[in-house]
Amino acid sequence: MAERLLEVEGLKVQFATEDGVVRAVDGVDFTLERGEVLGIVGESGSGKSVTALTLLGLTRDKNTRFEGDVRYKGQSLLKLPERKLQEIRGNELAMIFQDPMTSMNPVYRVGDQIVEAITTHEDVSKRNARRRATELLRQVGIPNPDRRVDDYPHQFSGGMRQRAMIAMALANNPDVLIADEPTTALDVTIQAQIIELIDRLKDEFNSAVILITHDLGVVAEVADEILVMYAGRVVENGAKRDIFYDPQHPYTWGLLGSIPRLDRPKPKRLHSIQGSPPSLINPPRGCKFRPRCPQAFEKCQEEPGLENRVEQKGHLDRCWLTVDEKRRLRERTLAGEAQEVA
Amino acid sequence: MLAFLVRRFVGMVLVLIAVSFIVFLIFIVVPGGDPAQRIAGRTATQQNIENIRHDWGFDQPFYVQYKDMMQKAFTNKLVSYSNQTEVVSQIKQGLPATFSLAIGAGIIWLFFGIVVGVISAVTAGRWSDRLVTVLALIGISMPVFWLGLIVRYYLAEGGLTTFFPDGGYVPLTQDPAQWFSHLILPWAVLSVLFIGFYGRVLRSNILDSINEDYVRTARAKGLNPRTVLLKHVLRNSLIPIVTLFGLDFAAVIGGGAILTETVFDLHGVGQYAANAIGSFDLPPIMGVTLFGAFFIVFFSAVIDALYALLDPRIRPT
Repeated sequence: MAERLLEVEGLKVQFATEDGVVRAVDGVDFTLERGEVLGIVGESGSGKSVTALTLLGLTRDKNTRFEGDVRYKGQSLLKLPERKLQEIRGNELAMIFQDPMTSMNPVYRVGDQIVEAITTHEDVSKRNARRRATELLRQVGIPNPDRRVDDYPHQFSGGMRQRAMIAMALANNPDVLIADEPTTALDVTIQAQIIELIDRLKDEFNSAVILITHDLGVVAEVADEILVMYAGRVVENGAKRDIFYDPQHPYTWGLLGSIPRLDRPKPKRLHSIQGSPPSLINPPRGCKFRPRCPQAFEKCQEEPGLENRVEQKGHLDRCWLTVDEKRRLRERTLAGEAQEVA
Repeated sequence: MLAFLVRRFVGMVLVLIAVSFIVFLIFIVVPGGDPAQRIAGRTATQQNIENIRHDWGFDQPFYVQYKDMMQKAFTNKLVSYSNQTEVVSQIKQGLPATFSLAIGAGIIWLFFGIVVGVISAVTAGRWSDRLVTVLALIGISMPVFWLGLIVRYYLAEGGLTTFFPDGGYVPLTQDPAQWFSHLILPWAVLSVLFIGFYGRVLRSNILDSINEDYVRTARAKGLNPRTVLLKHVLRNSLIPIVTLFGLDFAAVIGGGAILTETVFDLHGVGQYAANAIGSFDLPPIMGVTLFGAFFIVFFSAVIDALYALLDPRIRPT
């Protein structure tokens, strides 16, 4: 069995604000093994980014409260002193962010920013670090890395910047690479390249990857395991195959129905999930998805647990419908709105 | 680079022409400013005044007068109406005092402005931030002439102590220790306003850039908080401060610290200007204005060059 790198147990993150307590993450569990790609999927405000930032301790603040546990190789990270955490950050757990346009400091050379990542954690000469930065840029596919290493971020295109960000994140050969919406700000053609790059480098660097996205299409290619989040909670969790071919939660159906697919009859309109995500200060009672769920019934006043309800072990969901009902009802959502209109 | 310099130089000349023209026009338009009467003195006959008016060219059309004045200004022949001293040599005499005041105060206000800004931004919302904020507002609110007089009364004239010398300027070349002690109070008084102002501006700049994505990236790299602050936050927050400093410093070095120089009797360019304004004496006012405008234009060109150095995005490629 592969080495277990991360264990997240009952993680809750709450921010005290003037309007009340925001329950950004409200009970998340997962594990991550070496070589694995975990996709965390959900719309804005579902708590996926906060989960990722919390792994690195970047949500620490006097107004933040944590519950549960995050263990990296058995070591609990939530209560680790800031100094110790700095040694792990960028070294063993590294992160790539959503917008490559703003994620690099505009006044420093790209190479110097990668060098900074290296020298922060390793006692190497500036020259060696620079040589490694150049090599990293080559590995992520930047043409003429010897020359481009001295460029400033604004001289890079969006895709190149995201490649450089990946180079920066991989600089210290981290065990876990967290990619928070790494392709959202990029052209569709570049998106696929970046995802392939992450997938390839994961093997070269022997790391595990947490890929956070709102787009199930992005994780379709590379993820092994998928976590669907809604309003700070996991609503469905399973192997990629199970999520795509046997989705159990109506929210997952909605996400799947909203991506155009070539292997299904062309719908008149793609499915869209009505309404908007609930307030995290005053979440709805019972199932959090209830107000937007076309299938909601009485029982949904009470929140279902995250349980294994299908034959497939390890495929968990949070929905009261019986498996048969789900399999019957989901077809309409998945197929889009062709039938209704026609 | 050459194109930049040429462009800036042409711009500078145009600005100076415009400024001098405006100053001249204001003088023509403002009533009660007949210089011939002033030069002639109180007991002059009408004939005297007429003679002076003719000799000095005040009976010429204003554009001829303007041309004459500009000619004189750039050939060192500009002469005061009220006491017939040479304007350029008077300005030169005032330079050491004005430069000493400006450079010393500039260093003080820049340094403490940054310290105040950083402290209040880093501790934003806590008591030290509030304290510094209140002090800064008090500093901004105190008029220089009032603060100068109070300080002079209490610390130099015996209100509390006579520890500091009571006004005046001692050249650096004559006695460095005396030069220093004579300038401490003027430096402090002139800096107070700027420290408060710069501190406020820097505080909000820092609080803006601390939420930038690249700062999050820097933290995610595992940098310690001090490096993140100094290298990634402060570097970017200081860029607007450079603009402010360039213009403020140019104004003070160009004789703009009129109040401070006058209150502490420093005999600098600013005090010279104040006296000239008091006696409605156009040539020195024109001289000092051009002198000051030159520094403003010059330093704004320097700032533009510095900007390119600080921010690679605006460098010409």
